Amino acid sequence: MAFLNFLKPKNQLEEGGRTAAPVQEDPGEPEKLCPNCRRSIPVSRLWADHLVCACGHHFRMNARQRIALVADKGSFRELFATVRGGDPLLFPGYPEKAQTARNASGEQEAVICGTALIEGRKTCLFVMEPGFMMGSMGSAVGEKIARLFEYALDRRLPVIGYTVSGGARMQEGLLSLMQMAKTSAAVKRHCDAGLLYIAVLTDPTTGGVTASFAMEADILLAEPGATIGFAGARVVEQTTRKALPKGFQTAEFLLEHGFIDQIAPRGGQTALLGELLRLHIGG
Amino acid sequence: MSGPTPYEAVKLARDNGRPTGLDYIHNVFQGFLEFHGDRRYSDDPAVVGGVAWLGSQPVTVIATEKGHTAKDRSRRNFGAPHPEGYRKALRLMKQAEKFGRPVICFVDTSGAYCGIGAEERGQGQAIAENLMELSTLCVPVISVLIGEGGSGGALALALADRVWMLENAVYSVISPEGCASILWKDASKAETAAASLKLTARDARRLGVVEKVLSEQNLGKPAFYRGLGNLLRRELEALSADPELIGKRYARFRAFGTNTLKEQP
Repeated sequence: MAFLNFLKPKNQLEEGGRTAAPVQEDPGEPEKLCPNCRRSIPVSRLWADHLVCACGHHFRMNARQRIALVADKGSFRELFATVRGGDPLLFPGYPEKAQTARNASGEQEAVICGTALIEGRKTCLFVMEPGFMMGSMGSAVGEKIARLFEYALDRRLPVIGYTVSGGARMQEGLLSLMQMAKTSAAVKRHCDAGLLYIAVLTDPTTGGVTASFAMEADILLAEPGATIGFAGARVVEQTTRKALPKGFQTAEFLLEHGFIDQIAPRGGQTALLGELLRLHIGG
Repeated sequence: MSGPTPYEAVKLARDNGRPTGLDYIHNVFQGFLEFHGDRRYSDDPAVVGGVAWLGSQPVTVIATEKGHTAKDRSRRNFGAPHPEGYRKALRLMKQAEKFGRPVICFVDTSGAYCGIGAEERGQGQAIAENLMELSTLCVPVISVLIGEGGSGGALALALADRVWMLENAVYSVISPEGCASILWKDASKAETAAASLKLTARDARRLGVVEKVLSEQNLGKPAFYRGLGNLLRRELEALSADPELIGKRYARFRAFGTNTLKEQP
């Protein structure tokens, strides 16, 4: 299967790291503790490895970092950047929470949309932002996603989407729920036109996003160890009063149960997406 | 107009004495034949479906069913479907499409079941697939929310051309208790959450999420079911004659929340 070599991780770190070189000590450099292997990693080293620890743990990544990682340099053109949610239900504390999220993330909303080249192929791209209310889907997120699929349909472009979300944004009540219908209908039109949609599920992808556009892709990829599910694990535990199986709702668990196509380590994603785009030319 | 408070409506919507999905099916339609199973894994008793007559019109009817007796309620998992329930519903919807029958859904569920098996068998994927397929189903679809409309688990049977709601039914993205415990770490603030979530039928009507709020004056009585049957028949006639059905369904859902955005390019 030598022709599949390009799909393999680019460095040993991605393979699980058993043979990875020891981390260079540089006293004074800030470090980050890996929640998986409990080692401290110099931040520069972590960045060089796309926020992947030598043990294979994938740290969360913000949307702009992902775009920089996956899109050809300088090719990203943002769309619908000015769309921003309101407070339709006058929900207590929501405007303040949204403003805090805008300040903290530097983004207007929990998803960034645009077009980009990936290995020279043009695609529509959406990337959700964990720093904005954990990627929750309100009217603005639903609108931007729907608009991107319509844009892609008009221009006959594929869509690649990175999901990270706690689910529907409860501060927008029923209107958030309706975004599940709105995005699904837009995905369906794009799908029926014979166009390609690839989703990359990242940690965490749950609730109303899982139950709508995240699971509706032609090809479903997931980052190693990502939590993916409909109900939160704690809710499942409380509802069933049973111990959860090992690895419950991880990407590996979904692969085993037949709900995703592949686990895609971060370092190999660009090559994998590039090849999938080449395999679907005209779609 | 002084009706129940939002949290009182939640309690009314959950009341065990309310007519359930099967009560509607047996009283609004004639000659119901139940069809079982999703053809993939099992038959979910929390969702019932089949064919029936609405006057001289064959229809496909699908309902979430909570059951009435303790035993039946337990067997039906209190109306909380597993993925198989949604897959059965989708199978019957596609069958309706094949034979040109309209689809009528009755929704009364606290939500899709939050269980281990449900997650293992793709609860999120099952709901997502229903949403996608319903958005282009080539026959008229009417959904009536008759009690609890619990989030995605309800929406999976309510991406319809017309969505109606009983006056004391509720429809919400999350239960008020869940919302209160997440936002305020205090489930006892459910009353505040219920008011904030705007989950009553009147709220849903104001938000444009439902077209019609149905009076509960004669709830469960023959006149009530007769009236509902007449409304359904008239609406189906109009929808069946509409060549723009799918486009209008798309527009119906596409518009939600759009006018609430702050900056419109």
